[in-house]
Amino acid sequence: MNSIEAIQDEIVEEFSLFEDWMQRYEYMIELGKSLPLIDQAYKTENYIIKGCQSKVWVHATLENEQLKLTADSDAIITKGIIAILIRVYSNQSPKAILNANTDFIDKIGLKEHLSPTRANGLVSMIKQIKMYAVAFQTQLN
Amino acid sequence: MIDVNKIRADFPILSRKVNGQDLVYFDNAATSQTPNQVIEVIVDYYSRLNSNIHRGVHKLSQEATDAYETARIKIQKHFNAAEPYEIILTAGTTESINLIASGYTKFLNPKDELMISAMEHHSNIVPWQMLCEKTGAHLKVIPMKLDGTLNMEAFDKLLNSKTKLVFVNHVSNALGTVNPIKEIINKAHGYEALVLIDGAQACPHIKPDLQALDVDFYVTSAHKLCGPTGVGMLYGKAELLKELPPYQGGGEMIATVTFEKTTYADLPHKFEAGTPNISGGIAFGAALDYMNSIGFDTIAKYENELLTYCTDALKKIDGIKIYGEAPDKTAVISFNVGEIHPYDLGSILDQLGIAVRTGHHCAQPVMDFFEIPGTVRASFSFYNTFEEIDRFIAGIQKALLMLR
Repeated sequence: MNSIEAIQDEIVEEFSLFEDWMQRYEYMIELGKSLPLIDQAYKTENYIIKGCQSKVWVHATLENEQLKLTADSDAIITKGIIAILIRVYSNQSPKAILNANTDFIDKIGLKEHLSPTRANGLVSMIKQIKMYAVAFQTQLN
Repeated sequence: MIDVNKIRADFPILSRKVNGQDLVYFDNAATSQTPNQVIEVIVDYYSRLNSNIHRGVHKLSQEATDAYETARIKIQKHFNAAEPYEIILTAGTTESINLIASGYTKFLNPKDELMISAMEHHSNIVPWQMLCEKTGAHLKVIPMKLDGTLNMEAFDKLLNSKTKLVFVNHVSNALGTVNPIKEIINKAHGYEALVLIDGAQACPHIKPDLQALDVDFYVTSAHKLCGPTGVGMLYGKAELLKELPPYQGGGEMIATVTFEKTTYADLPHKFEAGTPNISGGIAFGAALDYMNSIGFDTIAKYENELLTYCTDALKKIDGIKIYGEAPDKTAVISFNVGEIHPYDLGSILDQLGIAVRTGHHCAQPVMDFFEIPGTVRASFSFYNTFEEIDRFIAGIQKALLMLR
């Protein structure tokens, strides 16, 4: 499995290949459509992330000392953003997640192209993933 | 006949690019754009008049005070209030409503009932819920029908001698419905209940005659009608405003202050503590001048043509559902297309330079009524064009190809 940094660089590279933001949106929509579904049991109020205009559910488990993330949203572009985050943070150790920086989001210019509410939602999603990492790291210690 | 190209030249923001495209601004119900005639008044204020009003002995203060009080008279005349001092200049609709809610705390008891409608903005719900918590009074809700009009038979049944205050918006921000406020006011007065009308969404399209309406309180914001943000109006009948206690204590609102007892200033100053938004108040007056120079009949006629044109075009889109189809509505269209999330549609439109509002529009009970998370809302102003609507429709079709 590649390191978080290597995956982040890959994503930055991919995003730089598109000519404009319409194409990037199309890409995110395709990612969103291909996101594996979260177990219905986790699409409840308990797993909802606050701060998003669309609904976002994130669930994590620890398998072989790695975080496995599943997520869903009722909005497709949001699902695309989640798919990117899952690619970066799923199948990584809690420690690696906690140490990873998030500047790849600035590098792909995602924040400026999201409405303020969606950008807040993105921050909330990363925060939630890191919270899961903190919880599982405590278990591992 | 409206000369829309001439009007558009007055609004510098309409010529800017957004995401590389010419801006199409269809979020007028959230805030309207500002013409040069208003921007220049703000610049002129800070260039020539800036000083504190109502207290300076010097020339600048006198000129600024004159300009501010002239604006108040313009607002009074526009809305046909009986007296200038019945116009309280506030920070906007929300503050105006909170001022009244705060003022009635001491007049209510647990036997009393307050009434709102099912299509209110959160700012015309929450202050009254807070007032009920404080006083023990009960909040009743006038239900609405599927076409987005109020159920007036239900209103008749809810109204009784315990009803003390009724709060209804003149126009719904989420649906565009024009409510029968004259009928509501007359019926409420039959039970000696007072009526506050939230005019935030109505005033950009309709010129209300407050004396003819015989309304007790009417509130609105300048930024919905080509004025600046952070300034608005509370109209109240003088005898009612005189009874109410001050909202905030501070400078300007006093007659005399000693450590033993302070007496309050007369209207309107009793409710205008502290240094107000002076340039905002003056610009509010200028915004009304600007809109009156075009004429509200002309504005309403043209906006209605835009509304009909866009509604007809939207109805041709497969899977479209329009929320709010009242026979009498302003130029606001709330809709969804199939299962597509409004936020997705709004995001793609934004990439195409088209500004719409998505979400619950601060009217969650309206969304709950239709059992939806939100809508896409396009709202038009007199400076919008049929060509912009064509781009909007083409944008939706493009977004649907991507999202479906």
